[in-house]
Amino acid sequence: MTSEAGDFQVLDEATFASFARREPLIDKTTLRNLEAKHLLYKTSPETAVRLLATKLRTRKSFLRGGPSLHIFVVTLGCDHGCHYCQVSRRLHSGGRYDMSLETAAAAVDRLFDSPSPNLTVEFQGGEPLLAFPVIRHIVELIQARNVHEGRQIVFTITSTLHHLTDEILDFMRIHDFQVSTSLDGPRDLHDANRPLPGGGAHELTIEGIQRARQALGQGSVSALTTLTRRSLERPNEIVDEYVRLGFRSIFLRPLSPYGFAKKSERRLGYTVEDYLRFYRAALGYILEINRNGHLIEEAYAKILLSSILTPFPTTYVDLRSPVGSGFGTLVYNYDGGVYASDEGRMLKELGNDTLRVGSVTDAYQTLMRSPAMELLAASGLSETLPGCSDCAFVPYCGPDPAGSLSRHGDPVGHRAESEHCQRHTGLFEILFDHLANGDSATLEIFDNWVHGVPPVVKAAN
Amino acid sequence: MLYKVLSLADALSQDFPLSKVMVDLRSLDGVDLDALGSIGAGAILRVDGDLASPLPMLHSLTMPEVVASGDVIRVHPSGQVNVLYRRGANANTLFATERCNSRCLMCSQPPHEEDDSWRIGEMIDLLQLIDHDLPVLGITGGEPCLLGEGLVEVLRAAKRYLPNTVLHILTNGRLFSDRAFVRSFDQAAGQVVWAVPVYSDNAIDHDYVVQADGAFNETLNGLHNLAERGHRVEIRCVLHRQTVHRLRELADFAYWNLPFAEHVALMGLEPMGYARSNRDVLWIDQLEYADTLNQAAAYLWRRGIAVSIYNIPLCVLPDQARPFARKSISDWKNVFAPECQGCTLQDSCCGFFRSAGDGWRSRGIQPVGLRAIA
Repeated sequence: MTSEAGDFQVLDEATFASFARREPLIDKTTLRNLEAKHLLYKTSPETAVRLLATKLRTRKSFLRGGPSLHIFVVTLGCDHGCHYCQVSRRLHSGGRYDMSLETAAAAVDRLFDSPSPNLTVEFQGGEPLLAFPVIRHIVELIQARNVHEGRQIVFTITSTLHHLTDEILDFMRIHDFQVSTSLDGPRDLHDANRPLPGGGAHELTIEGIQRARQALGQGSVSALTTLTRRSLERPNEIVDEYVRLGFRSIFLRPLSPYGFAKKSERRLGYTVEDYLRFYRAALGYILEINRNGHLIEEAYAKILLSSILTPFPTTYVDLRSPVGSGFGTLVYNYDGGVYASDEGRMLKELGNDTLRVGSVTDAYQTLMRSPAMELLAASGLSETLPGCSDCAFVPYCGPDPAGSLSRHGDPVGHRAESEHCQRHTGLFEILFDHLANGDSATLEIFDNWVHGVPPVVKAAN
Repeated sequence: MLYKVLSLADALSQDFPLSKVMVDLRSLDGVDLDALGSIGAGAILRVDGDLASPLPMLHSLTMPEVVASGDVIRVHPSGQVNVLYRRGANANTLFATERCNSRCLMCSQPPHEEDDSWRIGEMIDLLQLIDHDLPVLGITGGEPCLLGEGLVEVLRAAKRYLPNTVLHILTNGRLFSDRAFVRSFDQAAGQVVWAVPVYSDNAIDHDYVVQADGAFNETLNGLHNLAERGHRVEIRCVLHRQTVHRLRELADFAYWNLPFAEHVALMGLEPMGYARSNRDVLWIDQLEYADTLNQAAAYLWRRGIAVSIYNIPLCVLPDQARPFARKSISDWKNVFAPECQGCTLQDSCCGFFRSAGDGWRSRGIQPVGLRAIA
């Protein structure tokens, strides 16, 4: 059982059934647990409601300050030919798919229009390093303006790291870039997922990781996996590859359905059940590795557990209610279009511009009052959506209007057919199963993921 | 009458009103008392009374070592002397009132219902005589908030005379459930740490411990009202048979519902007052809850909330919990047991309350050897 604010209590079925029937609880410990978690009150509800309200306000405090994640799609150009990708264009398109400097300057203005004191500027593509001059231009504009703006700004980039030069690395070091790359597992798997003319993607990525680590520090380089059907048979090998390369974090996300070409979906795609079976096995293996003393976290679990085990707001914009699209994120596309999320611009590539909030030259107020934002505001609150409002996991979850739009043509959609819903309820079930039945070593690992590994306590005296 | 006892040198160099200064002449002969009088000194302190003095004179103390330079003393016309402030002590506390609106099972300072509002004026006088570099000054009772506007005045005086001193005020926080009352303390926000006991994660257990219906809800609303006005708060819990069974759950509750608390103090029982008469419902050997205590402390600490364990000897705590333990028993209250002979941890241990007889000591008391701290 969960409260509106995310407190939870695990009950056995008999107790739950009797509680749901509003029968008196015989076990005094259960009674006290439920009262302490604000799942039950005995006299006046005022105090419980006040504490719940404070917790809810805390949990939703990511809303203060408006969008803080700003994604700059500096080019659609890419040298990979990944089958599951529908967004990128081949190289040698003569810069036709690069962001112009005028567009870049207008996007930087919109970035600073956002009232958030903390801004994350993420560079994406295509392969963003193929448009490094645009990145440089944007970063320099931002840094110059931030001298008097005084925002906390973090730069991140999602790149294959195949096109690093000393000049680029120097630039990233000076501006404290966080680098995220894609690493799909062992060589054959990675290379099969990411065909390059002439091959060798895996080798180039590893070389890039090493160079980036050397220049920026180990902690500034992370990797994400793209899981294809081929990957699902090999959970342990994928994890082993991350351990071998010294990563302390691995993110086992399923393939985003938006980038798909329909014809390759059949070849590369898989069902939610397949993914969850894979995830359960991989998480089990990761926990085993941790129990054996090697610290590595699974980022998806860490994100969800942070919502479950703390009263604080999630930092993950893809699972927020109200929805992270638009309210937490804005995407500036290479062509000057502004989208509420990365999925929004992918939908556009599939011919659906519902989540286009406007153009970089529009005023911030115009963007935030656009029909797209109105649609998101009306459909972006899980707590009010059919199928979500009475879900036990709703305090930790968020809606998926982009997914519903692409699948059902409307932003609310139908939970029974929602990949997003099935995936997340499945993940919550796996994690709550560990929380309810896990041994103390597993719970300790979860605590390490959520709160960090504790340093040695020093005596105060 | 209150006096600041100062050596002649301090009296002349430090910024206290001379009329309130009692110059300590117990180890200084040949001082011109007329001159002292003419510069406005309030009184003198001498070993004996064999000398005529133009100034009021205190002499022939029964226990002369009890009064030292820097202290503030109250002198009754009868000749009785109380030390109200002690320079260099590990804790100095103002006693606000004997009245209280709770009747905690383990109260070490049982309340009396009598009008003692004269203490407000005395506290304000006393604040002017306390060393300006004192880091922390406690205020206790009874329930200090029962002074109402009087407490506001005391805090106003503290801000004026001791702007750099943190006031650590022990209160049950119940009266802060009134938002208007909380607002009257706005000017004190930041200087005061309100140390508020929460004995359980639920109303039944908490209200039983404090013997007052509705107290849990009042205290929680009070804590939130304080936090909303920018006040610093500390959560305290006294450990005994009625509180330790949900201590781990209390830590969970505090993290979720009171994450603004800057400190959580988990405190062993002081066997005084009601605690003695309620021994049968309160007593539990510290060994029996040491593991739970360790878990609760670690839980809070790793979530970024500072934790202290008070009044529990190091030898009964698991190794991991010992860094949280403080030398918490005031120096005039603490003693060690015969078993402590040869213990390597004695210097960092709180020891025992002088008031605690053998019947209040854990069966786990034992000297800790070098091996255990390695």
